[in-house]
Formats: sequence, C-alpha cells, structure tokens
Amino acid sequence: MNSPLVHGYEVVIGFETHAQLSTKSKIFSRASTAFGAEPNTQACAVDLALPGTLPVMNKGAVERAIELGLALGSHIAERSVFARKNYFYPDLPKGYQISQFEIPVVQGGAVSFFLGDEKKTVRLVRAHLEEDAGKSLHEDFIGQSGIDLNRAGTPLLEIVTEPDMRSSEEAVAYAKELHKIVTWIGICDGNMQEGSFRCDANVSVRKPGAPLGTRREIKNLNSFKFMQQAIDYEVRWQIEQIEDGRAIQQATVLFNPDTGETRAMRTKEDAADYRYFPDPDLPPLVISREWVERVRSEMAELPRVMAERFVTQYGLPEYDASTLTQSKAMAAYFEETVKACRQAKLASNWIMGELSRRMNADGLGIEHLPVKAAQLGALIQRIADDTISNNAAKQVFDALWNDNGEVDAIIEAKGLKQMNDTGALEAIIDEVLAANPKNVEEFKAGNAKALNGLVGPIMKASKGKANPAQVNALLLKKLG
Amino acid sequence: MADLHNKSVAQLAAMLKHKEVSAVEVATRFLARIGGNPHTAFLDVNSEVTLAQARASDEKIAAGTAGPLEGVPIAHKDIFVTKDFATTAGSKILKNYRSPFDATVVARLRDAGMVTLGKLNCDEFAMGSANENSAYGAVTNPWDTTRIPGGSSGGSAAAVAARLTPAATGTDTGGSIRQPAAFCGITGIKPTYGRASRYGMVAFASSLDQAGPMARSAEDCALLLSAMCGPDLDRDSTSLNVAKEDFSRTLTQPLQGLRVGIPNEFFGQGLADDVRSAIDTALKQLQAQGAKLVPIALPRTELSIPVYYIIAPAEASSNLSRFDGVKFGHRAKDFADLASMYEKTRSEAFGEEAKRRIMIGAYVLSHGYYDAYYLQAQKIRRMIADDFQQAFDQCDMIAGPVAPTTAWKLGDKSDDPLANYLADIFTLPASLAGLPGMSLPVGFGESGMPVGMQLIGNYLQETKLLNVAHQYQLHTDHHLKTPGGVA
Repeated sequence: MNSPLVHGYEVVIGFETHAQLSTKSKIFSRASTAFGAEPNTQACAVDLALPGTLPVMNKGAVERAIELGLALGSHIAERSVFARKNYFYPDLPKGYQISQFEIPVVQGGAVSFFLGDEKKTVRLVRAHLEEDAGKSLHEDFIGQSGIDLNRAGTPLLEIVTEPDMRSSEEAVAYAKELHKIVTWIGICDGNMQEGSFRCDANVSVRKPGAPLGTRREIKNLNSFKFMQQAIDYEVRWQIEQIEDGRAIQQATVLFNPDTGETRAMRTKEDAADYRYFPDPDLPPLVISREWVERVRSEMAELPRVMAERFVTQYGLPEYDASTLTQSKAMAAYFEETVKACRQAKLASNWIMGELSRRMNADGLGIEHLPVKAAQLGALIQRIADDTISNNAAKQVFDALWNDNGEVDAIIEAKGLKQMNDTGALEAIIDEVLAANPKNVEEFKAGNAKALNGLVGPIMKASKGKANPAQVNALLLKKLG
Repeated sequence: MADLHNKSVAQLAAMLKHKEVSAVEVATRFLARIGGNPHTAFLDVNSEVTLAQARASDEKIAAGTAGPLEGVPIAHKDIFVTKDFATTAGSKILKNYRSPFDATVVARLRDAGMVTLGKLNCDEFAMGSANENSAYGAVTNPWDTTRIPGGSSGGSAAAVAARLTPAATGTDTGGSIRQPAAFCGITGIKPTYGRASRYGMVAFASSLDQAGPMARSAEDCALLLSAMCGPDLDRDSTSLNVAKEDFSRTLTQPLQGLRVGIPNEFFGQGLADDVRSAIDTALKQLQAQGAKLVPIALPRTELSIPVYYIIAPAEASSNLSRFDGVKFGHRAKDFADLASMYEKTRSEAFGEEAKRRIMIGAYVLSHGYYDAYYLQAQKIRRMIADDFQQAFDQCDMIAGPVAPTTAWKLGDKSDDPLANYLADIFTLPASLAGLPGMSLPVGFGESGMPVGMQLIGNYLQETKLLNVAHQYQLHTDHHLKTPGGVA
C-alpha cells in the first residue's frame, strides 16, 4: 500500500515511549513509587545516592518487562545487561542513570492495530528497563532551583520502535494501541498527565524512494491530541525548510501546546558523550525459561487473543469483538452481561449501542456505570423471552440508568409487559381489520406496504403492549 | 595489666568472656593510646560513643548474652560509613559527612560484640599505595616514621602495628589490605570478591572493592572474617549467596602434602633482593612443615597493571560523580551557574590522585576509545582469571611477594604516580580475578622494614590461606614483633 504523502513528501516516524511500571517500590530501592507525595519524602538513602548505597533489582519491574515482551511477541533476553549512562544534572543523584544499553531485556516484537479498515504493524526494536530521574523545580525558589527526588529511581520501560509509521494519524493510533496494551496487562497505569506514559516521536520526511531524511526528536508528548498536533507541525516545518533549500539538523525539540509549535532544545553538536559502560554494581540480569513461563501462566488474556475468543466462543462478528476488547473493563462488562442473559449478539448490540451512547453522553467510564452488567443481562433476557419489546426495553434501561431498581419491578410498574395472550390480540386485530377495509383490500391486491397501515392501529389499540412479531404473524395468517 | 594492648583479638575475647578484664578497661586503654593520634592513623574518635558501646558489652557479658567478640575493640577504615562517627573516605569533599546508616560490615562486627574505637585514615577514596593521598595528612609507618605505611588502608595497618587497636577493617581494590599489612608487619586478608558486603563502603571501583580484616595474626583474621562475611543479598547485588562460615575451623590442619604454586613472574628482575631473600626463607619454612613447592606460570602478570589502571579509574570516574555539591558534602561558595558550581566544587575538594583517575576513567570510557581501552581491558581481565584457574590445576594455593620492595620513604614516589602504580604488580592479579589473597609478615629487609608474603587461594578458599598462615605463625615469630618506638 502507498503511504499518504504530504506535499509530495513521505513522513517517517519512530517512537520511544517511557512507560512507568506499576511496581509499589522503586526499581533499585525499597522506597515507594506513589505519585504526589511531599517533595523528597519518598526518596531513601539509595535514591539519594548516599555514599555506600547500592542498587538491588526489583523483580517486579523485570516481570513487567517480561509481560510486555510476551504481549508483543518479543524475544525475552536470557541475559541482559544494565549500563550506566553518565551525565551531571542536579536531579540525577548518582551522576549516572542506570539503564540498559547494548543488551536490552526485550528484543523485537510488534504492535498491530487498525487505522480505519487497514491493519498496520509497527515493529519494535527493543524495550529496556531503566530508572527515572528526579524533578527540578524552578518556579518556587527565587534564584534557586528545588530538587524533588521522589521520582528518582521509579522504574521505566523504554519501548523503541522502528521508523515504521507514515502519518501522524498512524503514530497516534500506534500510541493508543500501545497504551491499551500496557494498561490492559497492568504493567503501567497509563496516566499521561502524571507522566506515566510519555512519548518521544522521531520525525523525518523524504521524497518517496529516497533514503531516510534527518530526524528531529519531539520530546515528552503527554497527550494524544498534542502528539498529533506536534507531529503535523513538525512535518510542515521540515517540508518548508527543505523546500526553502535548508537542510534539517538533527535535533531534540519540544512542543509548546500554547503556540502549537515545536522548538529545538539542543542540536546534535551539543549531544553529550554518556560514556556508557556495564554497571559493575549489578550482575547481568538472567531470566530463565521457567521464569518466563511462570509469568506467562499468570498473565491476563491479551486483547487480541480475547477478541479471537469472542468470535469463536460467542459467534460475534470481528468488528464487535474488536470493539468490545478496547478495554479490559469493557470486555469484562460484556462477558458478565452474557453470563446473565446468554444472548451474546444482543448484549454486544446493547453495549456498543445504547450503553455506549449513554456513557459518552454522561461522560462516564465503564467502571462507574449506574447500570451493572447483571442488570443489563436481566433486561436483555426479558427482550429475548418476549416479555418486553425493544422499545419498552429502552424505557426500562432509562429507568435503570436514572433511578436504579430491578428490571422485572420496573416492567411491572410501568406496565411494559407485551401482550402475549393470542385471544385478546386476535380480538383487537379483528376490530382493526373491520375498521380498515381499504388497507385489507390493498394488501390482498398485492401492496405489502398496506400491512403497515394495519400494524400501527393494532399497536395503538394494545397500548403498545402487543408483540410486533406476533401481530405480524397473526395478521398474515388472517389475511392469507 | 600493662600489656593489655599487646593482646591478640583471640586473647582479649577470652579474657573478656572470663571477666578477667572489662570491656570498658580495654576500650579505655586503647583510647588512651590513640590520644595524641600517633602516625595520624585516626580521622575520628569519640570516646563517649566508644565507652557507651563498651559498657553495653560489659552488660551483655554479665547477662550471658555476649557475642563471640564481645567487648573487643576494632577501628574502621574511613571508607566504611558509620552512624556514630564522621565518614570522609579521606577526602575533603566528604568533610564532616555523617551517614544515616552503618555499613553492613560495621553492623556485623557490632553484632559480634566489637567496640568501635573510631575511623582510620586512608588514601582519598582508597586511591593510593602510600597513604599520602589523604586530605587529612599522610600516615607514617610505626617501624620508621620517615616511611610510608603503604596504602590505601595505611591508617588501619599503622594503627594495628602501633598497638592503637587490636584489629581494623580495611578495603582492598588492588592490594589496599595486603600491601599496607606487608609494609607494617601485620596480617591481613582480602576475601573472595562478594564474600563481604560492599553495602556502606564508599565505592572506588565496584567490581574490585572488597572488605577484609587486618590484625596481627592469621588466627585473629579468621575470627574477624567469620564475623564480617555472609550474604547481604537485599543490599548488595554482588554479594555472594554463600552461607556464613567459621573461617577458624581448619587452622590447626598440618601442611603435609600441601602444593604451593610459585609463579615465576613474581620473582623477576623488579623484585628487591631483601624481599626475595625473606620470601625464600619463608617458603623453605613451609617446605619444612610439609608443603611442596610447585613452579607455575601467571603469564599475564605484567598486563594486570594497565588492565587495572583502566578498569578501576573507569568505574571510579562514574562512582565519584555523585560528589557534585548538590546533595551532601562540600559545595563551592561562589559560583555563577550550575556548571561552575560543579566545576569549582569538584576542583576544590578532590585531591590530585582522585582527579587523575576521574580523568583517566572518563577518557577510557569515552566514545571512540571505549573499545580500545575498556573492552580490551575486560577481555584481558578474563584471561588473567583463566590463567589462575590453570595454575590451580597444579597447586592448592599460590605464594609470592606482596610488593617488590619494603616501605619507601615519605615523598619518594609522591610526584611519580606511575612508580606507585608499578609497585602494585603482585597484588593486582588476584584483585582482577576476584580471588582471596592475604599478606603475612615473614621477616625484615635491609632497612629493618617488614616484608610480607602473599598467599593467593582459589575462590572461597579463605580457610586454606588462613590455615597455612596460622601454621607458619605457629613456627615463627615475625608477627609478634613490635615496632621499636612502640611501647
């Protein structure tokens, strides 16, 4: 397939994502990782780099890296190496960051997703474990900077892709899919505002068929909206430069959401020499096959595996299966609903239809719905056993949503039960037929639409309680 | 008890246990001897802390809850962080620094009942072979105060030799326990890398640093080592998962049939005649006690100097980055911006040798040089370790000199770092291989200065080294000699 071109240029994007891992304690110390505490209250001697302190690997962080590797079909390295990235900065207490350089723990793999109808696959280069730095606070101190080391040593997994994306839309779709996966398997809380999921986009442009252009790296994109804006701006800027005859300089840039522009922080010339070398305080990280298999056996079902199961187990169309597995909570809601009603397709329709509509209208997450899955299941059951019509069901649903209550009680109270008594219905039908001889004649003459003119008055006469399917069947029998 | 300060650790432990002397009496005696800080051996003492610990020991002894070394004094090299004493690592950059926790080694020796006398002078960040690199003054050798005590654990060696403490801790990165022990006529052992926890040791070269005891005899070293070692897996990832051991358990074994490897490379041209002759005599003594001498080869001995002086500075340059004036330690007074704060702080507070090694380390790790220096050095390091394994096919342990000469005069090599580096040639190979090595006094050279013999064992074979040294010490009295000026 062809890449979408922008003014005759092909856009090339690669991603580096820092996912903060959901461990309770830090990657190399026992201090807590909880967000939002008073500055420097969650930094222990190790995080402060006090003399004599040493790093000890948090196994939970390793297991989360293994989980990501398994989720993305990557190779889990049997032996990976922690390295020191040396540079001076006040919020980097040791004067080096412990990261992985030459041999990362997760190697290769891919993220697949739909962009419209088209299936896209972005290949991963690697994912490696590393520690986060602290924060420098420049605002509150006149002429000085404050250092908060609460975040220092928080475990990160840096997930690096090949330059496989060809548009900002594709880049955002990739980021959303990766976000879905890391939150689904529970290795990251995905909170972009708190910085738990931060993306850097490497962007370049080229004429189709030309070698890769010089890239600029947009740092710290912390919302999907800004991500797209930033990439779009950057692409336009790069094309303008080239069209004006200026060469692109490799650089790191920041996106300013207020101006909608990217601006260079530093160019390649002032790139530091990080003097990477294997950290002598940490032996190579050895991951046995047994460990990987244990993690695999304890892992939640992956979204794509679950979608396949929804197709085979419930007979759902692929579209339904893929929509219902957008989040773990949504999928769980669906399965619980089915459990209560045994009507998979109806449940899917209701969740993707009425439920989603109300959810969006009220801005609610699936975890906080007033209608529980068991209630929706009970409601669907009443549709399936012909107790109520689809239209009546919507009234019941509204009542459940607004005032809660119990399905059967609401049906009773609102008098929504369908008229399933053939005798009573036949009497109504006979009356309506007698009152509308014209319609009867037209129908008999071959105008099928004339039947509608009869159904309406029947439904009205039954106060909406007649079962439309039953009305149709009886009408056809009487007129046939 | 006039000769209390001449008692060994083993003797003091027994006397305290039998209440022949109190821990307070013992501590008081040593504190009195430390008083004027002879040899500039101590950097921090606090008699209140020491006496409080001694009183607690006496209570435990009275209550019958005493540890194995209850009430016996010890002093710690200033590389170990301590709650109750300042920790400077011999550097101005950590002047008055107080750690919120005790190093594991310090805590374990406390758990065994030992009373802390204070902190001992050393080369800045353990970088040096003469103890002339301390920001707090050079240490002098009790056998001749115009001479260096060796380094970097020079304060430890001098304090034990001068009877200022019956025992001390040291750290050994490239020979820093063995060489000062040899130069001051005492006994010291560096265990297998990973035996003693590095938690709480101010890091110099992480892949080489190892703590060990320094005392007058192998018997004492065995007692101290037993208390110091053992896994510390929650704090030190390089700590070996090997159960605690009683290193005294085989001291009494005879040497009959022991095969002692003699590396040809340790007896070449650079070895001073007086050292050679003292070692030869000691080896003959081992033969007389039943050992067999086996010639072996350690062909890459000379390469251990460039390999060590690439790897150790590389690690040091990174380990010392945390001393930046931001969080603790010295910060320059006047600076224009962040970069100048770093620059001034580090320029002012690091000594010449620390700066030299930071520069060398940053250079060998830098882009374009890493492969040629650091990676190449790591390859040769592995070959050096392999050479030892081949040697151990033919012998049970290796013996040779600790250093090519006896202790030199203060200032002799202080302007010539290379000369200092070359003097480490015999101690570096075991450090690079992570093997246990020890030094024991075997006589005196021409200038009347002590000569040390080095024993190198295979991994985890400390008991073998201690056994041989102890058997040798049962038949000789070099380790019992007191420096002339020491009463």
